[in-house]
Amino acid sequence: MNRLVCSVCCGAACMLLLAGCSGWQSALDPKGPAAGELAWLIWFFTALCTVVWLLVMAVLILPLARRPAPVGDPLVLDAAAERGKMRIVVAALAATALILVGLTLLSYFANRTLAAIGSDAALTIRVTGHQWWWEVRYENDQPNRILTTANEIHIPAGEPVRLVVTSTDVIHSFWVPNLSGKLDLIPGHENVLDLKADKPGVYRGQCAEFCGAQHANMSTFIIAEPRPVFDAWLKDQLRPAAAPVSTEAQTGHDLFLKRPCVMCHKIGGTIAGGTVAPDLTHIASRRTLAAGTLAMSRGNLAAWIADPQGIKPGAHMPVVGLNGDELNAIVAYLEGLK
Amino acid sequence: MNRGLPCVLSAMLVLAACQREERDTRPQSALGSGDQPAAVTALEPGGQRPASSNNKAGVFEANAFHLSEGKRLFNWFNCSGCHANGGGGMGPALMDQKWLYGSSIESIHATIRDGRPNGMPSFRDKIPDDQIWELAAFVRALSGNAPKSAAPSRDDDMMPHPSENRLPDAATLGKSP
Repeated sequence: MNRLVCSVCCGAACMLLLAGCSGWQSALDPKGPAAGELAWLIWFFTALCTVVWLLVMAVLILPLARRPAPVGDPLVLDAAAERGKMRIVVAALAATALILVGLTLLSYFANRTLAAIGSDAALTIRVTGHQWWWEVRYENDQPNRILTTANEIHIPAGEPVRLVVTSTDVIHSFWVPNLSGKLDLIPGHENVLDLKADKPGVYRGQCAEFCGAQHANMSTFIIAEPRPVFDAWLKDQLRPAAAPVSTEAQTGHDLFLKRPCVMCHKIGGTIAGGTVAPDLTHIASRRTLAAGTLAMSRGNLAAWIADPQGIKPGAHMPVVGLNGDELNAIVAYLEGLK
Repeated sequence: MNRGLPCVLSAMLVLAACQREERDTRPQSALGSGDQPAAVTALEPGGQRPASSNNKAGVFEANAFHLSEGKRLFNWFNCSGCHANGGGGMGPALMDQKWLYGSSIESIHATIRDGRPNGMPSFRDKIPDDQIWELAAFVRALSGNAPKSAAPSRDDDMMPHPSENRLPDAATLGKSP
């Protein structure tokens, strides 16, 4: 019985571990040159170290299995045998030094490759970490072409992109394992992360540095698209917010500007200009709410506004205290912000 | 037994330090703001009315979490635009011992919620009631009116004055030593 429970537990643990290797948010399933370089390095290090470990274990176990030599006078040394043993020790030492230097060189050249990825990046995106969401700003020389959005980073597939990352409160870490290694977001300091997605796709990322109560609910998505699709998306996002189409949405628009929403959030084209919370100009075009906590839908929008502290306790979105009609109207308005 | 008892007692003492206070992120029900009246003046015709029983003041006044949230909101809502980190500018200073409308948390809450003549805007409906209480509690901390054990102990950015728990106590403020 005990053995059965044990084997079931072991099996479950193995399956859990193996599940980590599947493609969704896995460093072992590279989709870009940076992640590819790192995955190759991981596999090579693991394979080489496994071989070394097996050899060392074999050498340790071998003497245990052998019949012990008869003990003679411990003061009498056999010069030839001692010299032989010394040769083995020196050879092992040399092999160790060689392997370590070799691995160091490999890691050095891998780092050089990583550093060269973004040298000709045409697109610079500023990612600012907040408790607990990501502010994303597409830099441009023309101020009216600068785009600010949140939590979802669209990039053109097959082109290198430069991310300049920083934070406003505590240290966060940006990690999209399918595309690159992780990099810390440090308050008052800018780090640069270059990455490239080989093919179009959606790649999930997660804050990788404990940053407070809702660290687990701070995820991001990199959405790689073919260049024309990306250009169309960027052009679309630069438009001011869509005007409300129904009377309910119009009521929601007016309420949004009268109630606490307007203190923190921005909606382009209206007087709402807060920059301390996610930009809502095109919120309905995003896939998730509250940094990947909820899928985007009318119901989830309403739930989030009605009781953010029940869904993401500790988040800076307060309970605003709207009645049912007000809530419905505001949700109707936000739902139209495609 | 004799040796074990002091160990157990000191362990309990140490563990007691882990529980400082509850972080109530949702003190107000999701159903609406508890709009409670606060007296703007203490002057009353014909003797004093019984003091209004606003239990919110007690909940927010000496609570470290609410005080630090108030500090964050002071920055977020740009109170510094007029009050300049408490030093005063277009609006009155908040870190001295002068109070135009009273130093109680209820008065400050009323000031933020309803506004005051000559410039202070009304934030009614613009800031949820609980956040107004948090701001009011923090404004009191700026002039040493919050307990040192609860007042914010760090500045997240460069600030022109030490953190609130190291500012002068209200009792000694403005007096020469």
